[in-house]
Amino acid sequence: MRNESLVSITDYSKEEILEVLETARLFEKNPNRRVLEGKVIATLFFEPSTRTRLSFETAVNRLGGRIIGFSDASTTSSTKGETLKDTIMMVSNYVDLIIMRHYLDGAACYAAEVSPKPLINAGDGSNQHPSQTMLDLYSIYKTQGTLENLNITMVGDLKYGRTVHSLLMAMSHFHPTFHFVAPDELKMPEEYKIYCDKLGIPYVEHHDFTEEIINQADILYMTRVQRERFTDLMEYEKVKNVYTLRNAMLAGSKDNLRILHPLPRVNEIAYDVDDNPKAYYFEQAKNGLYARQAIICKVLGIKIED
Amino acid sequence: METTDKKLQVAALANGTVIDHIPSEQLFKVVSLLRLDQIDKSVTIGNNLCSKLIGKKGIIKIADTFFKEEEINRIAILAPNAKINIIKDYEVIHKQQVSLPDELHDIIRCANPKCITNNEPMATRFEVIDKEQVVVKCCYCEQSISKDAIKIK
Repeated sequence: MRNESLVSITDYSKEEILEVLETARLFEKNPNRRVLEGKVIATLFFEPSTRTRLSFETAVNRLGGRIIGFSDASTTSSTKGETLKDTIMMVSNYVDLIIMRHYLDGAACYAAEVSPKPLINAGDGSNQHPSQTMLDLYSIYKTQGTLENLNITMVGDLKYGRTVHSLLMAMSHFHPTFHFVAPDELKMPEEYKIYCDKLGIPYVEHHDFTEEIINQADILYMTRVQRERFTDLMEYEKVKNVYTLRNAMLAGSKDNLRILHPLPRVNEIAYDVDDNPKAYYFEQAKNGLYARQAIICKVLGIKIED
Repeated sequence: METTDKKLQVAALANGTVIDHIPSEQLFKVVSLLRLDQIDKSVTIGNNLCSKLIGKKGIIKIADTFFKEEEINRIAILAPNAKINIIKDYEVIHKQQVSLPDELHDIIRCANPKCITNNEPMATRFEVIDKEQVVVKCCYCEQSISKDAIKIK
C-alpha cells in the first residue's frame, strides 16, 4: 500500500539508508544531474516551511525537473473544505512525485496510502520528518567517516523534539552509545529508552550539561528548549541557559567532534561557537540538498552512477 | 443462590448469543459497538449483576443472532474478560473468551486532536501493542493510547 513512498525513516532498512547516503555523496560531488528531465514534481506545503521547501525545490531544479505546488494552504481549495484525499487524488493526475508538508500528525501516511503516485513526507505535524533525519545521518557519516560505534550526545528538548527521536531510531542500526542531556520536564520519553533497551543500545541520562560529557562525544546534537513546552515558566527561566553551548566548553573536546543542530537556533548555541571548526550546523543544512536529491532518486527508482 | 443466578442469566434463550462478564460501566458501549440498537431480534440486557470475577457485571442476550469472530472480538477493547456463549436449543454449545485482535479497524477514535484521522473523513487503524494492558497505537500519527483513554468511534 505504501508503494515506494517515504513517510518515516523507519521505512528504510540499514542497507537502504546506506544506499541513500552513498547517492548523497555522489550528488555532493556533482549536484547538477538532469535525471528528472521531463518529470513534474508537486511540492504541497500545507504549512509554511521555508527551509525545507527551498531545499527540496532546489534539489528538483538541479535534477532538471519542473515544479508545481503551493507554499501556503490558505491559497488552496483546502480552505473551501476540500479533503486531503481529494487534493492528493487531483494532484497525482498531473505529477510523477508528490513532496508534502502538512500540519496534521499522520497526514503523510494517509496521503501515501491514497496516492497513486509516490510521496515524500516533508514533515507531518509533530510526527515524522525523514529528510531531516537523512541529512543528519549524512552529516554524521561525512564528518566521522562512518556511522558505526559513535558516541551521540543529544542535548535540550528530548521529549518533544521529533528530530532526536527519528535520529535515535535511524542510528540504532549502527551500534551507537547515546547520552541524553535534558531537564526533567524534557527528558527522553520512556518508549525510546525501552526501544534502546530492547536492541541492547547503551545510553546514559544526564541532568547537567558538563564538559565531561562533551569531552566524550563524537557528535553533539543540540536542540532548542522551547518556552511553550513548559507548564512552569519559573522552571523554564531556570533551565533555558543551562543547556547553552559556549565555545569555552569545547576546549577539551575530541578532534573529530562535530556540533549539529536542526536549526533554527535561538540561544542554545552561543555565537562564539560559530567560528569553531567543530561547529557544523550550517554545512549540515547544506547537506540537506544532497540528502534530498538522493531521497528523490531513491523514491523514483533512479540509479545514480559516479 | 449462584445456581438460580445462572439460570436467570441464560435459561430464557433458545437460540442465540450470550455475552457475559461485561464490566457494568461498559455495558451500553458494548451495545452500541455491536450496533444492537439497530437489530430487530429480541435483545435482553441485564446490568449491575453480581460477579465474583469483576464485581458488578452486565450481560446481554441476543436471540437468533450469531456473530463472526472478528466482529465479536471487537468488544475486547471494552470488556477484555467477556465470555461468549453460543446457545442452540437451550444448550450452550460453545463457550469462548473474547480476545483482542492485532489490529483494530475503524472501531476507536484517536485521542490526538491533531491526528489526521480526526480531521479527515476516513477510517481509523490501530495496532494493538499490549494485549494485557490494552495499549494501542495509531497507525497514522503513531501515538499510543492506553485503556482508559480509548474512545469508541
